[in-house]
Order: sequence, then C-alpha cells, then structure tokens
Amino acid sequence: MQTGLWPCPGSSEEYALSFDRGRKHRLLVVRALFDEGSSLRHFTVEVMRQLDAHGVDTFLPDLPGTNESLVPLELQTLNDWKEAIKAASDHFGPSHMFTLRGGALIASDSLPVIQYAPASGASLLRAMLRAKVLTLREAGRDDTREDLFERGQTEGLRLAGYKLGPAMIADLQNAEIPHENAVEIAQGDVGGAGLWLQAEPAHDARQAETLARLVLERLR
Amino acid sequence: MASDLPAPTATAEDTDLILRQVLADVLGLPAERVAEFDEDSGLFGHLPELDSMAVATLLTEIEDRLDIVIEDDEVDGEMLETYGGLHTFVMTKRSDG
Repeated sequence: MQTGLWPCPGSSEEYALSFDRGRKHRLLVVRALFDEGSSLRHFTVEVMRQLDAHGVDTFLPDLPGTNESLVPLELQTLNDWKEAIKAASDHFGPSHMFTLRGGALIASDSLPVIQYAPASGASLLRAMLRAKVLTLREAGRDDTREDLFERGQTEGLRLAGYKLGPAMIADLQNAEIPHENAVEIAQGDVGGAGLWLQAEPAHDARQAETLARLVLERLR
Repeated sequence: MASDLPAPTATAEDTDLILRQVLADVLGLPAERVAEFDEDSGLFGHLPELDSMAVATLLTEIEDRLDIVIEDDEVDGEMLETYGGLHTFVMTKRSDG
C-alpha cells in the first residue's frame, strides 16, 4: 500500500492511497460520501487489500475538502468532486471505476463503473437532515427538515459534522444515481447489514472478501 | 418471536421481523439480542448505540424497507421509547398507507 499525491483542479494536490503494481485491471475507487465515508473507511481499504491479493490495482483519492485537503469543504460542489475524480482518473489511468454508496454520484461514465449499493443524493441528504432535526430538538429547537433545507440552500449547513455549502446541498437534492456504463452490486448480493448503517461498524472480513470477489467477477 | 404482539396477523409479524432486522442492522446488535426485545424493551435513552444519527438512520431505513413516510413531528419520545411503541407506530403507519 502506498500513499501519494495527485494534481487536483481547484486545489493544488490531494492524497491518494494506492496498490499499484502496473497490472491489467486498475480500479479508481470512489469513496462513500460524508459520514458514510467514515463508516466505510476501514472496509474500503480492506476491499482494496483483497483486490490487490487477487491481482487488481486500486487507487483511492481523497476528495477536495476532505481528510488532509487544504481547501474548505463548504466551497465544494458535487460537480467539483466530479471534476476531481476525472482528474484523478487522468492521473492514475484506471481501467474501471469502483464506487461505494454516494460515490456513484461523482464517478465519470467514460469508464465502466461498478457501483456498490449506490445511494441517491436525496436519500443521503434526508438522513443527514433528519439527524440534524433530532439534534436541534434535543437542544430545544423546533426546526423541520424543510426549514433546514431552505436555510441550507442560502447559508449552507453543518450536517453530520460536515460543513456543506448551499450549492452542495442543492446538488445533493437533485443527484440521481447514474446508470450509464454502470453495473450494480447490491448489499443483498454481499449479505448482512450494510456497514454504512452503523456509526462505528465492527470490521467485517467476510463482507470485504465477498465484495472483492463480486467486483472481480464483474471485471472479467 | 412475535407471540406477545397484540395482532398476530401476517402484516404484524412481517413488520415485526423487518423492524427487528433494521434495529440489528443499524445498531450493530446481534440478532439474538434483538430477538429478545419485547413490548417494554427500552430503545431511545436505554441503548447507548441509539444516538440522534442512529435514530435518523433507523427511521430512514424503516421508511425505505416498509415503504412508509415518517414526518418529523411524528417522531417523539413515546414512539421511540420502547420496542412496543415503535412497533405500534409503524403498524399504524402501514395500515394508514
């Protein structure tokens, strides 16, 4: 496993984690978004490790505004993230894209895409807005999801610990799962509960192995 | 598993099974532990795993798996306090829908 930098538009450079041995199949891994990305972090790297063991190269770029990035998250839009993924793709030269959950929303369809349990922007936003409503209620406030969405579209909002700008919130509400050039792996194919559902998921080696195997099947 | 529920219809049992599955999935609890939940088993305020993000995920999963819509103002302490409260709420929603 290596870490390295890649040139990202709108920022200077971002980090990426990779297993690169110059092999035939090279997957650009597009991480799950926001809190789901944190929940699936260990799982994502474990799937990459399994794919490496099966002879597949993988690259996991950080998105601008996340992790060690020097640009503020609240200035990012979904389109910026699409551009970032496209730039990462130009840099690493993958044969396929492999997306997890909301990562499907920012993949480039110029390559074949394998989507794991893809989620629409509206469903990600709905869960995060609802959590915010409940947190505010504990603090004695009575905002509804509609109030928060309205406010978010002008002022931005901190959701699930992430400061999202107005454009990102509007983008999410409208972001549908793309089907062009894509095949899907559903959670039902992997079996068990999706680890993004849990705030602090236990590691699940069986799910990581199964998902890696299902990805391999779709590369042939 | 659903023997102590008030309405032993197919829908009640089906709702019961799906609800227990969602709880196990979202809270990361072993299926055996969730199977032991009865009407009075405490949820919100009783299970440390159930914070506001987990409640949000739980409600969103319930909506998606049972094809219902839960409004913000329907979410209150009573509905989330016990397993029986949540089950009754969801059953009512399903019969209304």
